[in-house]
Amino acid sequence: MNSNTPSSSAGGPGSADATAPRRNSKRPKYSRFTQQELPACKPILTPKWVISTFLLVSFIFIPIGIVSLFASRDVVEIVHGYETECIPLNSRNDKVGFIQSDQDKTCIRTLTVPKDMSQPIYVYYQLDNFYQNHRRYVRSRSDQQLRSPGNARETGSCSPEDTTVSGTPIVPCGLIAWSLFNDTYHFTSNNGGQIPINKRGISWQSDRERKFGRNVYPSNFQNGTLIGGARLNESIPLSEQEDLIVWMRTAALPTFRKLYGKIEVNLRQGDVINVTLQNNYNTYSFNGRKKLVLSTTSWLGGKNDFVGIAYLTVGGLCFFLAIVFVLIYLIKPRQLGDPSYLSWNRNPGGH
Amino acid sequence: MSSAKPLLSQSEHLSAPCPHPHHRQSSLSITSLGGLCHTASVSSSVTDETQDNNLYDLKEESEEDFDPVVGAVRPAFRPARKQFLSAELQPQCPPRVRKRLVSWGGVMDPWHNVKALEISGASTRASSSLVHESLNKSQRPRRSERFLQISMQLEDNIAHHDNPRLIHINDPKKTNDKFDFSGNEIRTSKYTFLNFLPKNLFIQFHRVAYLYFLAIAALNQLPPLAVFGRTVSLFPLLFVLTVTAVKDGYEDWRRHRSDRNENNRESLVLQPDEFSLKRWKKIQAGEVVKINSDETMPCDMVLLGTSDPSGIAYIQTMNLDGESNLKTRYARQETNKLVLEGTRISGVIKCEQPNRNIYEFTANMELNGHRFPLSQSNIILRGCQLKNTEWAIGVVVYAGQDTKAMLNSAMSSSKRSRLETYMNRETLWLSVFLLIMCLIVATGMGLWLKRHETQLDTLPFYRKLYFGQGKEGKKYKYYGIPMETFFSFLSSIIVFQIMIPISLYITMELVRLGQSYFMIGDMHMYDSNTNSRFQCRSLNINEDLGQIRYVFSDKTGTLTENKMEFRKASIWGKNYDNTLPMAGSLGDTNVEVEDLMFGRRKWKLKSEITPDFELMKLMHKDLYGEERIAARDFFLALAACNTVIPILTGCPSSGTDHTLDDIPISINYQGESPDEQALVAAASAYGYTLFERTSGHIVIDANGEKLRLDVLGLHEFDSVRKRMSVIIRFPDDTVKVLVKGADTSMFSILKDNPDDHIRNATLCHLNEYSSEGLRTLVVASRDLTGEQLVEWQNMYEDASTSLTDRSAKLRQTAALIECNLTLLGATAIEDKLQEGVPEAIESLRQAGIKVWVLTGDKQETAISIGLSCRLLTADMHQIIINGNSDEECRKLLYDAKAKYSVNFDSCEENAEIDYLEVPSKTKSSNLPERAVKEDGPTFGPLALIIDGSSLVYILEKDLESEACIISNFVLVLFDLATSCKVVLCCRVAPLQKAGIVDMIKGRTDDMTLAIGDGANDVSMIQMADVGVGLSGQEGRQAVMASDFAMGQFRFLKRLLLVHGHWNYQRIGYLVLYNFYRNAVFVLMLFWYILCTAFSTTSALTDLSSVFYSVLYTSVPTIVVGILDKDLSHKTLLKYPKLYAAGHRQESYNMSLFWITMADMLWQSLVLFYVPLFTYKESTIDIWSMGSLWTIAVVILVNIHLAMDIKRWVFITHCAIWGSIIVTYGCMVVIDSIPVFPNYGTIYHLMKSPTYWLTILLITVIGLLPRFIFKVFHHIFWPSDIQIAREAEVLRKRRRFFGSKKDRVLI
Repeated sequence: MNSNTPSSSAGGPGSADATAPRRNSKRPKYSRFTQQELPACKPILTPKWVISTFLLVSFIFIPIGIVSLFASRDVVEIVHGYETECIPLNSRNDKVGFIQSDQDKTCIRTLTVPKDMSQPIYVYYQLDNFYQNHRRYVRSRSDQQLRSPGNARETGSCSPEDTTVSGTPIVPCGLIAWSLFNDTYHFTSNNGGQIPINKRGISWQSDRERKFGRNVYPSNFQNGTLIGGARLNESIPLSEQEDLIVWMRTAALPTFRKLYGKIEVNLRQGDVINVTLQNNYNTYSFNGRKKLVLSTTSWLGGKNDFVGIAYLTVGGLCFFLAIVFVLIYLIKPRQLGDPSYLSWNRNPGGH
Repeated sequence: MSSAKPLLSQSEHLSAPCPHPHHRQSSLSITSLGGLCHTASVSSSVTDETQDNNLYDLKEESEEDFDPVVGAVRPAFRPARKQFLSAELQPQCPPRVRKRLVSWGGVMDPWHNVKALEISGASTRASSSLVHESLNKSQRPRRSERFLQISMQLEDNIAHHDNPRLIHINDPKKTNDKFDFSGNEIRTSKYTFLNFLPKNLFIQFHRVAYLYFLAIAALNQLPPLAVFGRTVSLFPLLFVLTVTAVKDGYEDWRRHRSDRNENNRESLVLQPDEFSLKRWKKIQAGEVVKINSDETMPCDMVLLGTSDPSGIAYIQTMNLDGESNLKTRYARQETNKLVLEGTRISGVIKCEQPNRNIYEFTANMELNGHRFPLSQSNIILRGCQLKNTEWAIGVVVYAGQDTKAMLNSAMSSSKRSRLETYMNRETLWLSVFLLIMCLIVATGMGLWLKRHETQLDTLPFYRKLYFGQGKEGKKYKYYGIPMETFFSFLSSIIVFQIMIPISLYITMELVRLGQSYFMIGDMHMYDSNTNSRFQCRSLNINEDLGQIRYVFSDKTGTLTENKMEFRKASIWGKNYDNTLPMAGSLGDTNVEVEDLMFGRRKWKLKSEITPDFELMKLMHKDLYGEERIAARDFFLALAACNTVIPILTGCPSSGTDHTLDDIPISINYQGESPDEQALVAAASAYGYTLFERTSGHIVIDANGEKLRLDVLGLHEFDSVRKRMSVIIRFPDDTVKVLVKGADTSMFSILKDNPDDHIRNATLCHLNEYSSEGLRTLVVASRDLTGEQLVEWQNMYEDASTSLTDRSAKLRQTAALIECNLTLLGATAIEDKLQEGVPEAIESLRQAGIKVWVLTGDKQETAISIGLSCRLLTADMHQIIINGNSDEECRKLLYDAKAKYSVNFDSCEENAEIDYLEVPSKTKSSNLPERAVKEDGPTFGPLALIIDGSSLVYILEKDLESEACIISNFVLVLFDLATSCKVVLCCRVAPLQKAGIVDMIKGRTDDMTLAIGDGANDVSMIQMADVGVGLSGQEGRQAVMASDFAMGQFRFLKRLLLVHGHWNYQRIGYLVLYNFYRNAVFVLMLFWYILCTAFSTTSALTDLSSVFYSVLYTSVPTIVVGILDKDLSHKTLLKYPKLYAAGHRQESYNMSLFWITMADMLWQSLVLFYVPLFTYKESTIDIWSMGSLWTIAVVILVNIHLAMDIKRWVFITHCAIWGSIIVTYGCMVVIDSIPVFPNYGTIYHLMKSPTYWLTILLITVIGLLPRFIFKVFHHIFWPSDIQIAREAEVLRKRRRFFGSKKDRVLI
């Protein structure tokens, strides 16, 4: 058991090979590769390794968890659902009918700031039950068309919102653009002052610069019998239609937020904000809900305790496991590589 | 009939039209046999030419002769023959069958008296072919097709007489004019440059796997189903097609190369008037070819003439049937004369269509208006070598693909590995999962549509209708709820396609290719003697090598070197040990010895043996003591009592005695039995050189003195008497009987000598010899008085001419003189075991592999070899079953069973201690008798020794009695055999070997491996799960049929214990990992699809989905599958028991599969839900999410793999980390193309810390259970491999870091 010859002796055959330079010998050439003797690291699960792995994980995870949790706690978030509230009481039985009618859909809501919020404060709209990730929907766009004016006719993938009745292409075509969100929000503080919303820079820079053409202008958009959502100003190129750009980054999940704009003033705790909103977007036909979200941000993103809690849990669990294994190794040690544990030594009486 | 044309008599009886005249013929021939053997008066008239005649008669005779052996086969065999007649032949053909038997004998060296062994071999072969034929008819469903195929090889020689092949000698144009005979170009390759692409594609699409890809790709082309982009969906198919095509192309290129070498060899061909070199591929049927000595035949030829006036040519058929002894072939006298005169021959040969039976050839030749038959003895086959004949001229009858050699070298049919079979079972499970998942998606889709039916028209993310372009109200890709549901089902199949790990098949092939590369390159499996590397001929069953439970080994040439050497002699009670070199005293004694060896210098033998000095001295003493005479008689007996033929080369022996010492004449002893050759060579070394043998006398050079001895009679060796004797008359008119035989049969017929010390001493020596594994023979002699001689001669003549019971009578005759013998001594011959064989067998047995030796040798030899290679040990209890009849066999078998069945338990236990046996279900169910446990005497481990004819009864019985299970012989045999530690089967015919393998294969789940070197092992090699051919002494036939080929038996140890183990571990892990890897990905997609209104959206980009299994994660699996090793070869060789891991199916089994699947489920949930919770109610877009998932799953599976890697080499690091980097690279590239909607995603993501935190979280949470499980398993249930690994690694570390530093924490 203990007298295994060292592996360095494996070089032996190689030298023998060198001494016999027969031309047509089929003797395999010696190399550490062909003989599968390359220097190798052979990790085994020694108690030291196991315990230090668990400790390492817990030492990394617990601080990260704490930091994340704090970061998430620092985020102040105001979430306000308005899909029902912004329907006049008499229309609440027929929300779809109301939203499709030409009535004034202005609606004023008030929000109270629970904590100090320092700028930038992000304004999101959140939709529920809207499957932006539906296969029919996701594919219904034409990126060629969005990029350059020459590709306006590339509407093959845009059905059923590809061309107008006369056959001229819709720019931007497809269901995604067609269903562009069209609620609008205006914020005023309680003292009557406007809280400006910056709608610049809410989309990805790369999208603005490369994906949406600087000289592609909307045309024939929302001209059909069925209006899906917002109209676009035909004099502004697509690369500056940031709402569209944001909208067209389709969301991964049926509940999603999209950036509406940024408020670049600090808000104090207890401030009351009046929101004047146009409740235009029809989510009622599919029981979708709409929410207005004002949120500060941290290095981690929005308010989400999950990461912090998960890290803390895993870190704690690993720490616990480290202790368990220390105990196990202390209570029931097994000498590693002890041949007496080999199955044929362990139960000589057969199975 | 024959009297009309005396010249043709040699083969006349062969073509005799009916059996009756034939019998007359054979009775006639007996007289001439007498002439050959003993009656000097008759033999004087025997000329060389009639010798041929005798040979065949001898066959006839000997066939009748050995009734005890063959006779028992007969009853079964006769009806068999009838069956043949009725079934296969037209009514007018009976003689053909007869002849077929004869020619079988004729294949064996026809010069000599054919031994019982071969005849019984031939007839058992025939009868076993009958067995399988009847099997064929009864259509037993259990038998494998393969086996039938093998037996068919013997069947399809029934020629198609209606359509003969016409060969115009020396007129290839005319020959090939009418018929389109194939040229001599051989082609084993499948493709040419031009047809490679179409043909390869055609062949590839025969695989179901590729059709699956094709179907998926086709599905994706349908508009409602287009999940992926059209071109992207073709990518997997293209990938596998390309990889396979490259692999096939490479293999075929190698075949092309070897074909080219073969085709470009050259031979002398008559064109048009002189012999000039011509490439083999240009040779055509009808051409006349001249072969010089030691050259190889380019095609099948009918001999026209040879350098020998009698038209004899010696050939070595090693490449064809693996037999290394020379065989004689004859040119017809008619043509030989013409050839020697130098006349141009032109005639027509009418022969049968090409067939693959190398033991038969029927044709006739029309020459100058005469017609005469040609037979097996007139044809030389491609691949044979001409030996001892200066040249031979023949006409090509079969060329190229038509040659028997080529017809026999059928492609080794592809085998499928055991693990792959299991894998398919699990693949079925995966298909079930796939189906369930698709059904869920489809049902969900249906329900969702139903629920939103009213909203579908306007639902922004669905929009069933067009509103515009004049197609108002027209539906957009909507076919109603049922159809949508169905389409959803199909498209989910497309999305989940990699759940069925089709690419695994390709991965496995690549991995096996890599494994083969390392096996081939293993320096420890290189045989420098034959300069041969290990060869992998089959790429499908590498991992089977790790699970072998039974090894069936041929003996001669496989375990042994097939080189007999005279080792020791016991003469007159004194032991002379040849093995010791002349001890130290190299001074004056050396000169003396050289003097003593004066006589010997004249003769140069192929294999020199150093004579024992003591014995040499004794031989040259002049004193006439008893001992001296005994020694003389001893060596005379060795030189005379045999059937060896000396072939003199060097100086022509026609001249007078050579006076010059410096011209040694080299003698080549050609003999049936290598033992006899060794004995004759030994006699020569001690001064008794046999250098001439004719039918009536032999001439021996006894220390320079020429001794002519008349051979009065010869009683051949047979298996009943187990001895042979010659009666010779010395020049001084004394007559002696010289007998040699097996000790068991000899001691009973010795003279009752009161002075028994010689006998005792010899016995003692014999025991000593056989315990050393030497093959022993006892030599004795007796003087015959005049009356005894006359009495014997009368009886002998009577017996040998008798028509009935001849063999019994001959035996009686022999008994008359084989009595009252004087013991001279004993010989010990070593059939040298190959290097390392005992160690290899020992290791294999420790590894829990049962080694069965199947040999054509006789029982005694088999046992002695068994002893010497440590297969049999002294403490083993031998069960010998060698019945001569059905009943006897049955009795022996049941006796043995009754006797030892009480012992089965202890035996099993025994085996378990030794072999870590896993109780196998089959075994216990087949051994109901085991329950009967008594307190009987305990025996040691059992060894079963069974002979071929008994096997015939047993195997045949099984087939006959298939309706009822009255005598479930095979079952009993199987029980007995599996409960024995060792099984030795002696005197088995090739098909029986296959039958035995089949018996085990059919009744257990255990893996079998057959190893052999000769053509007689081919059927066995093909039958076994793994066939290994030895490319040693005997030809390439076995290699051609094998899956693996190597130089020496001892490599088997390394092949199984090291490479088999590695391969098994690697492939087992590879398969599980691949299942996991694909499933985790698919399941991740599945969870997401549940969040997308069942719309089979994939968050991943098309390219990433496709690349996942072919690019992102494929390389590490392949690298790990090729390079990972759990244990070093040293450890594996040191602890053969580690091999049992393969027997226990440790690295691949059902429970491992389910554990892996459970792990997979957890990991997929983690993969999906961690990002889901992290990015709940956030602005995350679908491509960012997809990007996150892509990278997370790639990292996860790679780290999962990394956790299981046992040995990290540089390449592994490259592969694992490299593939993560490559994935990132690919994603960066994909996200840098502005045309894709996902443009810029990765850049955006990488800036976000959440992204990184999520990946880390996924990896850790995903792998935590697995890691914990591993650690727990490691602590509480360590496997053998783990422990050995720890021992190996820790020991090495300690060496490096000193003793204390890396002390294990306890």
